[in-house]
Amino acid sequence: MIPAAFDYVRAGSAEEAISLIGEHGEDAKFIAGGHSLLPLMKLRLAQPSVLVDIGRLSDLSYIRDAGDHIAIGAMTRHMDIEKSPVLAEHVPLLAHAAGHVGDPQVRHRGTIGGSIAHSDAASDLPATTLALGATYVAQGPNGTREIAAADFFQGFLTTALAADEMLTEIRVPKMNGAGWSFQKFNRRAQDWAIVGVAAWRRNGESGVGLVNMGSVPILATSVSSALASGASIADAAEQAAAEADPQNDLNASPEYRVHLAKVLVRRALEEASK
Amino acid sequence: MTITESAASTVLGKRRLRKEDPALLTGEAKFTSDLNIPGALHLAVLRSPYAHARILSVDVSAALAVPGVVAAYSGADLAPLWAGPMPCAWPVTDDMKNPTHYPLAVSKAAYVGDGVACVVATSDTAAHDALDAIDVEYEPLPAVIDLEDALSDRVVIHDELGTNRSYTWDLKCEGEDGQVDRAFADAAYTVSEHYVHQRLIPMAMEPRAVAAVPQPFGGDITLYSSTQVPHILKVMTALTLGIPEHQMRVVAPAVGGGFGAKLNVYAEELLCTALARKHKLPVRWTEERTENTQATIHGRAQRQHIELAADADGKLTAVRVRLLADMGAYLQLVTPGIPLLGAFLYGGVYDLPVAYDFSCTSVFTTMTPTDAYRGAGRPEATYAIERAMDALADTMGIDPLELRRRNFIRKDQFPYTAMTGLVYDSGDHDAAATKAAELADYDGLRARQATQNVDGATKRLGVGVCSYFEMCGLAPSRVLASLNYSAGGWEAATVRVLPTNKIQVVTGTAPHGQGHETAWSMIVAEKMGVDPDDVDVLHSDTAIAPLGLDTYGSRSLPVGGVAIAMACDKVIDKAKKIAAHQLEANEDDLEFAGGNFTVKGTPDKAMPLAAIAFEAFTAHNLPDGLEPNLEAQVTYDPPNFSWPFGTHICVVEVDTETGEVDVLKYVAVDDCGNQVNPLIVEGQVHGGVIQGLAQALFEEAVFDEDGNPKTSTLAEYLVPAASDVPPITLGHTITPSPTNPLGVKGIGEAGTIGAAPAVINAIVDALSGLGVTDMPMPASPQTVWTTIQSASTAAQGASK
Repeated sequence: MIPAAFDYVRAGSAEEAISLIGEHGEDAKFIAGGHSLLPLMKLRLAQPSVLVDIGRLSDLSYIRDAGDHIAIGAMTRHMDIEKSPVLAEHVPLLAHAAGHVGDPQVRHRGTIGGSIAHSDAASDLPATTLALGATYVAQGPNGTREIAAADFFQGFLTTALAADEMLTEIRVPKMNGAGWSFQKFNRRAQDWAIVGVAAWRRNGESGVGLVNMGSVPILATSVSSALASGASIADAAEQAAAEADPQNDLNASPEYRVHLAKVLVRRALEEASK
Repeated sequence: MTITESAASTVLGKRRLRKEDPALLTGEAKFTSDLNIPGALHLAVLRSPYAHARILSVDVSAALAVPGVVAAYSGADLAPLWAGPMPCAWPVTDDMKNPTHYPLAVSKAAYVGDGVACVVATSDTAAHDALDAIDVEYEPLPAVIDLEDALSDRVVIHDELGTNRSYTWDLKCEGEDGQVDRAFADAAYTVSEHYVHQRLIPMAMEPRAVAAVPQPFGGDITLYSSTQVPHILKVMTALTLGIPEHQMRVVAPAVGGGFGAKLNVYAEELLCTALARKHKLPVRWTEERTENTQATIHGRAQRQHIELAADADGKLTAVRVRLLADMGAYLQLVTPGIPLLGAFLYGGVYDLPVAYDFSCTSVFTTMTPTDAYRGAGRPEATYAIERAMDALADTMGIDPLELRRRNFIRKDQFPYTAMTGLVYDSGDHDAAATKAAELADYDGLRARQATQNVDGATKRLGVGVCSYFEMCGLAPSRVLASLNYSAGGWEAATVRVLPTNKIQVVTGTAPHGQGHETAWSMIVAEKMGVDPDDVDVLHSDTAIAPLGLDTYGSRSLPVGGVAIAMACDKVIDKAKKIAAHQLEANEDDLEFAGGNFTVKGTPDKAMPLAAIAFEAFTAHNLPDGLEPNLEAQVTYDPPNFSWPFGTHICVVEVDTETGEVDVLKYVAVDDCGNQVNPLIVEGQVHGGVIQGLAQALFEEAVFDEDGNPKTSTLAEYLVPAASDVPPITLGHTITPSPTNPLGVKGIGEAGTIGAAPAVINAIVDALSGLGVTDMPMPASPQTVWTTIQSASTAAQGASK
């Protein structure tokens, strides 16, 4: 429970953070809220040589109405997302899901940008923003670029971010009028989901994201296709795991996870259709 | 002996906030790791990554080069420091096999976490970094994880023993020879059930911590440890290290929970003490959480086979039990005795003829040693009989509560000589069950169940009952002798009235969260007529409280608390002599109440205890031959165990689509005799119920087939948090114990004993319409779902 020795530098701006990470090379890591990285370091599963602390970049903590979407700064903490009146009005699914991340201590320290950049398939917000069709903004030494959530998650804890890029903003389309549901199935309230489902429906369209159903967050496109072609909720939910590749762990076998995904997707779609 | 009537009490039986809490809640209290010890060296232990491996070589030279490292040692290096092996105080049979076990393994590591080398350094971080530099060459050997596999001796763990079997202990009690076999042959109904108690990790909030401090003058050494047993630890450390006992002092500072896991003598306590003497400097160690899951004892880990025989009315006629218990890699302090503590309770709360056949075989495995964990043998026993009673009720097609009522020992049968020969002092099981049924609305639940659990229902209601007896208040010394335990079961107390009428109590109990300072103050306040805040309780330091046998087995109140009450009586007797002398009255004419001695019939002739205390101190005018000062010591050896009891009822709703269990309601009716502080009783029941519920639904120490622990952090070992447990409805009946003058019984373990069977009975009840007859623990959603799937597959197969 004592991390290996590391150096620590604190960035005063996004530009400085990117410059520092470039300067210190591959063994450097950004640290935001630290709720994913620090436990790995304490177990010595991660041994970065330098931590670049972006925790004080308060100009990256915001939730703004940007017309057709809501723009969320990467350093916005889960608790601020949960309590945001802007999100409650336009994207209540995201606010609700943020309220189920970890426990209150985690939600007061952890950030949406940290969670998405860490890209743990068992985390709630990567799959939820994926279901919502979000776009992520990455900033590097040569400026910014947009990455669709669907293109972002590339493998276990691996993303489309380059080594010298930093996630700065999450853009979530407005979902006014959509029915939605967030189903988090776990054994203790504070735990990662064994399986989670974030779903919305509006005007014949839908989006279904799966938590912890593979090495990356999963977009259950077969479910949406089935619904679009007129399938019943029960029949569509049978397609829940079509894109998934669930793992085995102490809480669930792959078979049980597939079963749970079908049950939870059905329940989510029923709730989103009310 | 007379029983104190709670109606006449002014302090006892009333809710009172704990005087310990302000310091604990504000961080003022000092735990072992908080102690500021200048110049202390830090110990870190290198632990085996293999469950079973021969140690071919240990090279510590590179560790010595790490900055800050003072020394590094292999097990062989330290061998000369041990006067004897690690102690096991409970050789349950004369032929029990006990592998020699030293604080660091020398030739073989026998579980993941077994210490093989250590470092002392000037900082904790340096000590931990240096562990990586130690080079150990291992020859991995096959792990032994399964108990039946262990019994087969396919792989023998301890070469010198030649077998993995530690002992077989039998308890056969028959009124007539062959009565058990005849009862089964003649029975109208029998059940034969197999249950598994998974391994549990006790997981106290404060992990273990140790600091050994040589005194600057003379050869004395002080061992600070987060322990439940400073007195036992003092004796055992002295013996194991060859230190003259009078030069050994043990202090348990604030201790953040133990649950039995700190009722032990651990390698790190011996390492710190030995190395502090060797280096002539303080040596300290604080356990990491992952170490805590591997190197601190585990609990439960038993496989049970229980058979019941009953007549046509469901009256029990015989009980047969076969137990296979997992000792883990070595025998710790009381490891082999744990199944014996349960052996007397497999008959539960029922009126049985003398027809009992119990046998326990214990085996070694390549996992963390097991030992006492809250309830220690008694939750296991209660689980077996209470699950089997439900199985019998199911076989007979009658209500499980009704079956229990037919078998309860009736109130008028107490004191009741059980089939094992032990005497249950008092009880009223029917009253407790009736109260629990009322609080749960048992009849209403059964009616609701009939309408809810229809074919195709996916949310099924279940009701589970558990009635229990607990054998606690450890223990009458002669009974312990009959079980081959190496110590007694008495407790010591000193009550000392200071000149200004403030009172010091010195107790041999060692609280680690129970609230003894509050409870003992209340006993003294009640007896002596003072305010509880004018009583100070001194404990957990062998220099201040040299006599004691510490805290475990729900013993502190019914043994230690009673010793305090008896010491108060002795002080009052002495004070009465002084009062009689000063008031020129006959002792027999004096009454003591509310802190005042008065002459019967002459109320204006009175003398308060405060005045007597000062007279006793000045000794200017004492009766001839009476020693100055007001102080008395009592060592109390209880004539019997104390026998708390109760009925718990759990109500669940099971989601058959996901396997999720929702505990809708939990009712606990406990009877611990007279209550000293109902607030503390409630806290003990809450904590106990949650720990039992945790066994039923959440917790399991999982090992893979190679013996690797898979639950070494709190992310994998699922201790439930407040948001994961149901509200608990509490009720009490009060049946005073006739065994002791306070009429009290223990309450520390009761909740844990009642909860697991009540929860599992409820789940099985919910799913009985689906063909489910048993549910493994922990009943995780996946386990519940797969159990439902196999039951329905079996049902389909049967109908074809």
